[in-house]
Amino acid sequence: MTTLSTVRGRAGSPAARRRRRTGSLLGLAAWLCGIAFFLPVAWMVLTSFHSETDAATNPPSVGAGLSLHGYREFFGATGSGVSPWPPLVNSLTASVVSTLLVLLLAVPAAYALAIKPVRKWSDVLFFFLSTKMLPLVAGLLPVYLVAQNTGMLDSIWLLVILYTSMNLPIAVWMMRSFLAEVPVEMLEAASIDGAGLATTLTRIVAPVAMPGIAATALISFIFSWNELLFARVLTGVVAGTSPVFLTGLVTSQGLFLAKVCAAATVISLPVLIAGFAAQDKLVQGLSLGAVK
Amino acid sequence: MPTHTTEPAPAADAALVPAPRGPNVRARRTGRAKDWARRAPLLPALVFLVVVTQLPFLATVVISFTRWNALAPDNRGFAALDNYRAVFTDPAMRASVGTTVLLTVTVVLVSLLLGLGLALLLDRGFRGRGIVRTLLITPFLIVPVASALLWKHALYNASYGLLNGSLTWIWRLFGSEHPPQPDWMTDSPLAAVEMSLIWQWTPFMMLILLAGLQSRASDAVEAARMDGASAWDIFRYLTLPHLRRYLELAALLGTVYVVQNFDAVFTITSGGLGTANLPYTIYQTVYQSHDYGRASAQGVVVVLCSLLVATFALRTVSSLLREEVTS
Repeated sequence: MTTLSTVRGRAGSPAARRRRRTGSLLGLAAWLCGIAFFLPVAWMVLTSFHSETDAATNPPSVGAGLSLHGYREFFGATGSGVSPWPPLVNSLTASVVSTLLVLLLAVPAAYALAIKPVRKWSDVLFFFLSTKMLPLVAGLLPVYLVAQNTGMLDSIWLLVILYTSMNLPIAVWMMRSFLAEVPVEMLEAASIDGAGLATTLTRIVAPVAMPGIAATALISFIFSWNELLFARVLTGVVAGTSPVFLTGLVTSQGLFLAKVCAAATVISLPVLIAGFAAQDKLVQGLSLGAVK
Repeated sequence: MPTHTTEPAPAADAALVPAPRGPNVRARRTGRAKDWARRAPLLPALVFLVVVTQLPFLATVVISFTRWNALAPDNRGFAALDNYRAVFTDPAMRASVGTTVLLTVTVVLVSLLLGLGLALLLDRGFRGRGIVRTLLITPFLIVPVASALLWKHALYNASYGLLNGSLTWIWRLFGSEHPPQPDWMTDSPLAAVEMSLIWQWTPFMMLILLAGLQSRASDAVEAARMDGASAWDIFRYLTLPHLRRYLELAALLGTVYVVQNFDAVFTITSGGLGTANLPYTIYQTVYQSHDYGRASAQGVVVVLCSLLVATFALRTVSSLLREEVTS
């Protein structure tokens, strides 16, 4: 499935040669597109290693000497700023815990929708998806008022609950499609052979579902790590997450481009690393799972 | 096609009906128990979602009928339809509906088309394909606020952003000291927001479509080529129909996330210059006007509209939820 038609057109006929030539032209086009899309990120990283004066010049100072000034500023080493560690830890807690909760809730639900489908599963699935279509802001005010009255404001656990509900519908959708890949014949064969539920789950369902679980977890982690609106409204000094910290960096102190770029790079790093490491899973998870 | 069980009876009448006797009833009873066993794994997720998403929304509906401004706490009461009247006659609200539609449609369509093009390019073997894919998905992996800040300050900024800096550099190559230096965010604010979002969402579309392309059986394409079909014919009659569900999925998920975009609008333009979309407008009504009643009415209107569109799109146009899928 993942093998591509690379061997296509190895023959020496003129048509094949022509195809090979367009092929390498298209390869070049792909490279140019890749570089074009990557350029802003490259610029962000480069700027983060410049001094503040080199960062804000026109024309851009591509070749200027490198400096760790932006990073030192960001981590508060120069004593001028606020420590970024609490927000980073908050983000990590909220994302990891809510992702675990999402899996805990989504996997059984997907099992009920795919492997032993309940009646009208598409209605149930539609309900799950429709909760995703409610603009988050529409429920924000009551959540805010309740949090205010129960003292949950500025608590990371409120965000954990909200992020779980935010990612659960997509997770159920993705997991259902992954589990639908489990061949029914294998399940039937297992039950004829007298395999219990536990055996069926560990021996037949799990191997097929594992990549799906990984992809679902990754997507859920990314969206939680990235979330701004809820975090901004519902947290403050104690529970602020990295995105909130990032917006505060600009508004409160004026603009320090190198520092902002350093901050943006550091805060994006966990998602970048996870995403790069699991990009095959991401490709499969987003689509193969979701459509089949 | 999954096998369906018999119609499940509501749980309530189990308690009302006296203890049943006879094999027939017993069979029905175990069937019912089985139904519940099947449904049990669904319940935690359902209950959780209902509590966390539907209850607040119900509260929003209730608040939308009250007169409630946090700045005037003594003046609270039943407002009937006043908030809704205010919402429908508010030109800013109407403008933000237009902005939301325009922003969403533009971003989803353009990134879908670009994503399709890129997925087709990447679906071929060439040297460094893995690296190019990694380069291409990077924008999707950058934290949205970070990418909004990046576009606003490092790229768009009129005096030292990369865009104008490059213009200066290119103009100097040709010996001119007077390069054009447009102020991107003031001259075309909505396009500036759209541009950053398209950059961010194109990789997402590409990922979905790429996997779609890779799941295509290559023998049909091979056979078509043997029969002398042109590249366009193969694309039009084989690739595109196969991709349909993937295109729908990409558009659906993209729309769900772009409609709700807050980060880019908030960061790049702060909703100014005609870029305030619905989430931003509601945010403003709550946190700047402190008009809880009106904000709730806005929220309810938005939810009804989204559900209307979503139901229509999912039920009539899309093939994603057809039950044949699992066959």
